[in-house]
Amino acid sequence: MCNNIYKPYLMQIDQIIDETSDAKTFRLKFKNPEEAEKFTFKAGQFGEYSVFGEGESTFCIASSPTRKDYIECTFRKAGRVTNALANMEVGDTLGFRGPYGNTFPIEEWEGKNLLYIAGGIALPPMRCVIWNTIDLRHKYKDITIVYGARSVADLVYKHELKAWEEMPDIRLITTVDPGGQTPDWKGEIGFVPMVLEKAAPSSENTVAILCGPPVMIKFTMPVLKKLGFKDKDIFTTLENRMKCGFGKCGRCNVGKVFVCKDGPVFTNEQLLSMPMEY
Amino acid sequence: METTSKTIRKHSLEKLYASLAENRKMYAPVAEADNRIGYKYNPDFSEVIFDHIQSTLSVKNVVFPRVENVIFYTNNKNDSTVTDVDLNKIPEVVLWGAHPCDTAAYDVLRSIFCWDTKDEFFAKRLEKLVVIGLACHKSDAHCFCTSVGLSPDSTKGSDILLVPLTNGDYKAEILTEKGNRILTDFSGLFEPYQDEETKLTHVEQQFDHKQVTQHLKEAFENPFWVENSLRCIGCGACAYVCPTCACFDIQDEAKGKNGKRYRSWDSCGFGLFTLHTSGHNPREVQSQRWRQRILHKFSYMPERNASLGCVGCGRCSRACPVDMNIAEQLQALQSI
Repeated sequence: MCNNIYKPYLMQIDQIIDETSDAKTFRLKFKNPEEAEKFTFKAGQFGEYSVFGEGESTFCIASSPTRKDYIECTFRKAGRVTNALANMEVGDTLGFRGPYGNTFPIEEWEGKNLLYIAGGIALPPMRCVIWNTIDLRHKYKDITIVYGARSVADLVYKHELKAWEEMPDIRLITTVDPGGQTPDWKGEIGFVPMVLEKAAPSSENTVAILCGPPVMIKFTMPVLKKLGFKDKDIFTTLENRMKCGFGKCGRCNVGKVFVCKDGPVFTNEQLLSMPMEY
Repeated sequence: METTSKTIRKHSLEKLYASLAENRKMYAPVAEADNRIGYKYNPDFSEVIFDHIQSTLSVKNVVFPRVENVIFYTNNKNDSTVTDVDLNKIPEVVLWGAHPCDTAAYDVLRSIFCWDTKDEFFAKRLEKLVVIGLACHKSDAHCFCTSVGLSPDSTKGSDILLVPLTNGDYKAEILTEKGNRILTDFSGLFEPYQDEETKLTHVEQQFDHKQVTQHLKEAFENPFWVENSLRCIGCGACAYVCPTCACFDIQDEAKGKNGKRYRSWDSCGFGLFTLHTSGHNPREVQSQRWRQRILHKFSYMPERNASLGCVGCGRCSRACPVDMNIAEQLQALQSI
């Protein structure tokens, strides 16, 4: 059959990184070099990752499209598929369908300041676009990253946080919830919205990209408004349950909007025009 | 293609059926136990019925089976393989005697399975299907095709539509190339149509679907959804009998190393349908799920798929164990 939209690419696990006690990052390589050659995606897109015999699970592509010949995904052990994924080893085969969905409009952001704000396991959907814009650093002005987690142990991409910290043209602010710090923690202590308010980045010629648990979004949005950000300049991603990834299975829609086709990237202006079905 | 009208005598129908059955699978309505009407593969012509109001289940399974295997695989840790399903094995099927609501539903399904990304499983099954529709000379209180832009003799989705005549014969409207091929292959069975009187039922229009669609744009937060779904038990029967409901699940099933992945019917009426792994559920209560069902069919689909998601067959109302009647609710919606 020529075009089976349900047929996944076969991927081999090239590298596994333990991010936290329950989150891992996989680096995946295409088993078929021709497929690797043809595959392209853009920052913000996602895919269906599958363990044969267990099923499929939806996450973003967490690596940057500027890094060729592999893709990465980061997931937390939560359900049947992610538990099975967590038990896999380097060299094992898994399935991947994608890329699906829209993208962060990074071309439109050229010449602007970028403010990334993420909480907990929501850094992965943003990591792709962060690296993408860092790799095209000359096209953007100031880049600020505010990242928080419950505790130091819950921070993902620790090695990369260090790399970002050492880059002279990136302002990185990391924070952990009160009580989540370790004796040698040098970052901020406090919830993301408060840390953001204290850091007070300018909204002038700046876009804010926000990903995190609903409670973080809820309290960060007013801070961004206070800092002068317009709804059309605040970007986030939605994460509704999906099965197909191409607008047919019927479960990810928010009103008439398909998160899998029209999203996952939305501006706050778009979200405000949609019903609360996410 | 220009429509041609012919007459086929009652006694010639059996010959047409037998001729088609020679190298195709026939799928036709028969009477089942407990007053149920069901479709069956290759029934004897003597079993096939022509005077049913509505089959219990729709005929969407011909193009959208309850369970469709989409890949097969062998799971070998570092050397797993995936095998395609051979779509060339899909047989040619003649759907015989389906009512206009059910044939029109294929257009609705096409608007879902073939928008943007084409689902080859659906497309191939539809390609291999010849539809011989049968206009309705009977209807009941649940039928509301005329409220959704159809009628007891709509030709949508049929390759040939048989319209009963008062003299017991049938007018055959040849509607597509597939239909024309049958006319050419078995031309001896058809006669010129000479304006003989047709025998059709009358279905009262209960609401104006365009007005409903218009109303629904502003109705998302209306208390109507809670009030009208309190008795809904979320059984999903409406979705399973519906000829246009196409929501599906994708699951794996493996035995040892060998397994398959399939897509299977699902329903937006189930609480698990949208449940996130985190425990969060965007459609947490039944009223939100009922609203989704109505809005999907009468608001989202007209806007996104250029097609109304309902054909007025009335099966959901007939099957509902708590007597929810979609036509009555839509009628009520017009005046909220």
